[in-house]
Amino acid sequence: MIMLGDFDFGVIVTALPYLWDGMQLSLLLTGLAAVGSIFLGTLLALMRLSSIRLFQWIGAIWVNFFRSLPLLLVIFWFYFLVPLIVQGQVDAFESALIGFVLFEAAYFCEIMRSGIQSISRGQAWSGYALGLKYSQTMRYVVLPQAFRNMLPILLTQTIILFQDTSLVFVVGLADFMTSAVTVAQRDSRLVELYVFAALVYFVMCYFASLSVKILQKKMHK
Amino acid sequence: MIEFKNVNKWYGTFQVLKECTSSVKKGEVVVICGPSGSGKSTLIKCVNGLEPFQEGEISVDGVSVGAKETNLPKLRSQIGMVFQNFELFPHKTAMQNICLAQIKVLGRSEDEANTRGQELLDRVGLGDLGYKYPSQLSGGQQQRVAIARGLAMDPIAMLFDEPTSALDPEMINEVLDVMQQLAKSGMTMMVVTHEMGFARRVADRVIFMDEGEIVEDATTDDFFGKPHSDRAQLFLSKILEH
Ligand SMILES: Nc1ncnc2c1ncn2[C@@H]1O[C@H](COP(=O)(O)OP(=O)(O)O)[C@@H](O)[C@H]1O
Ligand SMILES: [Mg+2]
Repeated sequence: MIMLGDFDFGVIVTALPYLWDGMQLSLLLTGLAAVGSIFLGTLLALMRLSSIRLFQWIGAIWVNFFRSLPLLLVIFWFYFLVPLIVQGQVDAFESALIGFVLFEAAYFCEIMRSGIQSISRGQAWSGYALGLKYSQTMRYVVLPQAFRNMLPILLTQTIILFQDTSLVFVVGLADFMTSAVTVAQRDSRLVELYVFAALVYFVMCYFASLSVKILQKKMHK
Repeated sequence: MIEFKNVNKWYGTFQVLKECTSSVKKGEVVVICGPSGSGKSTLIKCVNGLEPFQEGEISVDGVSVGAKETNLPKLRSQIGMVFQNFELFPHKTAMQNICLAQIKVLGRSEDEANTRGQELLDRVGLGDLGYKYPSQLSGGQQQRVAIARGLAMDPIAMLFDEPTSALDPEMINEVLDVMQQLAKSGMTMMVVTHEMGFARRVADRVIFMDEGEIVEDATTDDFFGKPHSDRAQLFLSKILEH
């Protein structure tokens, strides 16, 4: 039984600057990975919906391949195996970022694919009828609408991505979670740090999800 | 200016166009009518290559639509098209709708595009609504914006696919009036429509389609004076009852 009297807030306060560094890394990784994987996911979605067989296959294989692997394995793979292939050291942050982008792109691909399919064919037709090329029709007509329709789901997936960034401890990166673990073990203050970490994740993700819901309601009006 | 020669098209095993042959001269207005599912939309979409066809030939201003070497985006930019459901871009204002292709396809500057856009909005009677989004406009207004958007490309011909079918009755005339003016100004037009009053007033020729075939292709006077086929007769009697 843990007594509240034992709960040492001081430990957390002292560790705050260090934990903040970890949080910055988590947020930076989340932001970059989200941007990268939404971009790549959109390209994959266009490939899956393309009329060219080869592109369809590449898209389908990519999605099915990465959705069959644990994210942890992908991160590992990039950190330990890629240096063997390229015969050189890779930066932990960069390799984790690449792993995240490739992995998450599979999920964002499927989101963007249904987003693109939700736009009526007439929209693309009217783009083409004006003389826009395929790339222009996608860029100016179809994708902005698909993106807007899918925004709540894209944000929800990004929240999951944020939670998943805690996996980077396996390559020695100090994200928020890892920093909390480090302090907990160093100061033997497991309860304080884990409660605090849980609280931080909960509050951030809860309010992020709440904002998504509000956004969703606004969009449906 | 627009020539069809023995155009055949299949969806899988279903033949949607059968040996369609006709032509539209410069400045001519041709109305295409016929029962639903007879291939009118398909035929008109073949003209600007939105739908591919397997056999025959279609040429616009001497350019073969089906040929591999044809630059379809360029050809399409010279042919305006108006759809039944308007198909304005909902995330763009009326003016942005009209300017997008002017800027991206014709390479006009934003100022040039806006000036041309304003002229055309004035012309279709919506001069002060350029800042509105499609969802803020009535169906009739949206369709007029769509016509202005097509005209902004300075097309050599305009295609209309049932431009008034999705409109409330009280808005049909505002769109037909714009189209009539356009016809008067000498625009080459192909219009799929069931508005027989419009056909009578505006069309030079009427094409009647049924089950993928061009059954009638006659001058307007002949078409309404003495329909030759039973199928056209039946169709007309149904339509004109309303
Ligand atoms: N993408 C498609 N795939 C298969 N059949 C189609 C497709 N589009 C249209 N059709 C069929 O082709 C026929 C002609 O369609 P359409 O040209 O739209 O007729 P209309 O415009 O005269 O009503 C219809 O029977 C329709 O069901
Ligand atoms: Mg039709």
